[in-house]
Amino acid sequence: MAQTSTTRRPASRGPAPDRQSVRSLLVKIVLLGIVDAISVYAAFALVLQDNWVVAIVVLAVTALVNWIYFSRRLIPAKYLTPGLIFLAVFQVFVLLYTGYVGFTNYGTGHNGTKQQAVSSLLASSLQRVEDSPTYPVTVVDRLGELGLLVTDPSTGEAYVGTGDEPLAAVPDAEFEGRKAVSAPGWTSLSFQDVIARTEEITALAVPYSDDPNDGALRTPDGSNAYRYLSTLEFDEQAGSMTNTQTGVVYSDIGTGAFVAEDGSELRPGWQITVGFDNFIRAFTEPSIRGPLVYVTIWTFVFAIASVFLCFALGLLLAITFQNARMRGVKYYRLLLVLPYAFPAFLSILVWKGMMNESFGFINQVIFGGADIPWLTDPSLAKVSAILVNVWLGFPYMFLICTGALQAIPEELTEAATMDGARGWGVFRQIKLPLLLSTTAPVLIASFAFNFNNFNLVYLLNNGGPRDTTTSLPVGHTDLLISMVYKVAFTGQNRDYGLASAFSILIFLIVAAIAVISFSRTKALEEIQR
Amino acid sequence: MTTTELRNAPRASAPRRRSFGRWFGDTGWRHLVAIVVSVFAVFPLLFVLSSALNPNGTLTGSNALFSRIGIDSFWRILADPQNPYLLWFGNTILIASVTAVASTLMGALAAYAFSRMRFTGRRFGLITIVVIQMFPQLLGAVAIFLMMSAIGDVFPAFGLNTHIGLIMVYLGGALGVNTYLMYGFFNTVPVEIDEAAKIDGAGHARIFFTIILRLVAPILAVVALLSVIASFSEYLIASVLLIDPENQTLAVGLVKLVSNPRYADWSAFSAGAIMAAIPVVALFLALQRYIVGGITAGAVK
Repeated sequence: MAQTSTTRRPASRGPAPDRQSVRSLLVKIVLLGIVDAISVYAAFALVLQDNWVVAIVVLAVTALVNWIYFSRRLIPAKYLTPGLIFLAVFQVFVLLYTGYVGFTNYGTGHNGTKQQAVSSLLASSLQRVEDSPTYPVTVVDRLGELGLLVTDPSTGEAYVGTGDEPLAAVPDAEFEGRKAVSAPGWTSLSFQDVIARTEEITALAVPYSDDPNDGALRTPDGSNAYRYLSTLEFDEQAGSMTNTQTGVVYSDIGTGAFVAEDGSELRPGWQITVGFDNFIRAFTEPSIRGPLVYVTIWTFVFAIASVFLCFALGLLLAITFQNARMRGVKYYRLLLVLPYAFPAFLSILVWKGMMNESFGFINQVIFGGADIPWLTDPSLAKVSAILVNVWLGFPYMFLICTGALQAIPEELTEAATMDGARGWGVFRQIKLPLLLSTTAPVLIASFAFNFNNFNLVYLLNNGGPRDTTTSLPVGHTDLLISMVYKVAFTGQNRDYGLASAFSILIFLIVAAIAVISFSRTKALEEIQR
Repeated sequence: MTTTELRNAPRASAPRRRSFGRWFGDTGWRHLVAIVVSVFAVFPLLFVLSSALNPNGTLTGSNALFSRIGIDSFWRILADPQNPYLLWFGNTILIASVTAVASTLMGALAAYAFSRMRFTGRRFGLITIVVIQMFPQLLGAVAIFLMMSAIGDVFPAFGLNTHIGLIMVYLGGALGVNTYLMYGFFNTVPVEIDEAAKIDGAGHARIFFTIILRLVAPILAVVALLSVIASFSEYLIASVLLIDPENQTLAVGLVKLVSNPRYADWSAFSAGAIMAAIPVVALFLALQRYIVGGITAGAVK
């Protein structure tokens, strides 16, 4: 490529220092063209959904990108932009959004807007109106979404609606007798299809009109529908729900749900911001504070022990092999890096099988049929987690230390020996500080990785054994990260708000450690220069 | 050894016949350490290899190492209609390789800018990238899930349950570490090389693509390999974003397969694990030369 660009086309203006070959200009234009096409399409789609803010952001970023790449200056930006865009969307935005969720009550029963909660409540309390007329219906489908094509028995006109869209008149429907059987844009379901999708069809409730208090149409058999009305009535002015059968009034008192005077709540509620409530709960409710404290301590113990043991074992091996007379180093090295080469999630699953108390290889074969509770005893499970993690991590440290030891100039050792230092002294005074300064960033990264080593604790033991003394779904080997996952995704009550609040706490801890160690690393690097 | 010996005859001074004590003190203990640690390193892998070759299905049946040899379990995992192993395999290879290439390139671009150019906010940018990176993406799984479903509403091809979507998430998550790792290595390439090329009339793009990228090849290999290993093993985000079994990756599929090792078809899992590990291990061993040399910045001149 270099040759072609020099032979081809000297720019007409003479030998400009950063002359570009035609080819690279073409590549640039094609790539930018693709980016522009995609973002214009995205902006169109967003505008169609009335999402003007995001559409404008997309177009502005696209314009900026074009400017950066066609400008002759801004050279650093040309190199940073591709990465920065991904970083901004999938890391920074995700971080901010998580931060936002941490200040809401988002979770089971609180995962939509108030309007969605109202329609969901009304829909879930539907009861068939006793003297409802019978509406002949045809079940129709549009791109996988089911709808009902309804014929009004009194006027004979056809209407169509789906679970989300209320009934709307279809003037050009086709009729068979007095029943509308097909509508343009919709596929009518055959008898077999109706049978196959019975469950979906009987769950379908098509709103009668825009007003949720008008109820909905439902069909028990796919051919006739009846009017259903909710036992709840929504009063838009007062913003409250009334149960028409018992007369109890549930009102919105700012907690993200309709609450009756006796304190009973209607679920689902909706999502609201709750300020620092999640953080206050985390530090004051004993059932949350207890697990939070011991999980935090264990997370530190786990991360520090893992890094230390992996590094120690790796360094020991690196020193062991630093001998020109030793034979077979190549073969040992091959065997020793195998745990690192083998995909980690598979090794963890293999260890999980081997550590099984009654059937696993370790108990049955190595310990001759013993019943050692590797994964079920709270303390031993912690040891097992660290053991497996050391198995996974020491080869990496071995490679790191080997490289770093080789990078230490021979003259340094020789000079020290001449000055009278002996083996251990040379290592302790000369090699170890240099080694630490080159490997410090790796050690910090390794600590951060193990601090959040979700795969290990979750795949090995599911964070277990389960701690039965708390209501949170937490186990004895859970790290902060797997605790977050469990609070957010498992158990009866998913609590995204609380989980995100925990995430923010983790982030603060890790960020503080990172900033401190980063400045220390700089200090260490000064030694080297 | 005295200094005079070291100067005069450093290598030839090793005696021909050594006592056991001398041998042990010199290299013997090294072999002992190496053998002990090698056994620790290798026995789980021998176990999984042996269970993969064992036609018997259960965990208990796998305990007698290499008692029976057969390839039945390989057929079982490949032909299982419940677990589309081959699709998982293809998906994983696709996702891991695209992620590796794209994230290595983006990291190299950023590292080049940070290493060679001086601009306002450079130091701040470096620190920020590393700190942001400390926020593990898995903590944001809820946010990622919601965002990907929103993107899917506009752009079904990039949203939930798509490989492109998952790759984009991985790219965003890997950038910080990659940039930082490469930044250290880029700094070890002498600036004089750039300057010489600049005097010869090369532009920044040409210097980067034709000179620097070749000089930093070892770190590119390392970063690409680390990226492959990371996305190969990534479980949480893949399990949240990929919904249909035929879209899932090996990690999601195989974890589901042995959620309870006692009742699972352990041999079939082992066979699947062995087959899944082969490409990664092969890649690793092929690039090992680069890793040993390139993994610590400054190890190669």
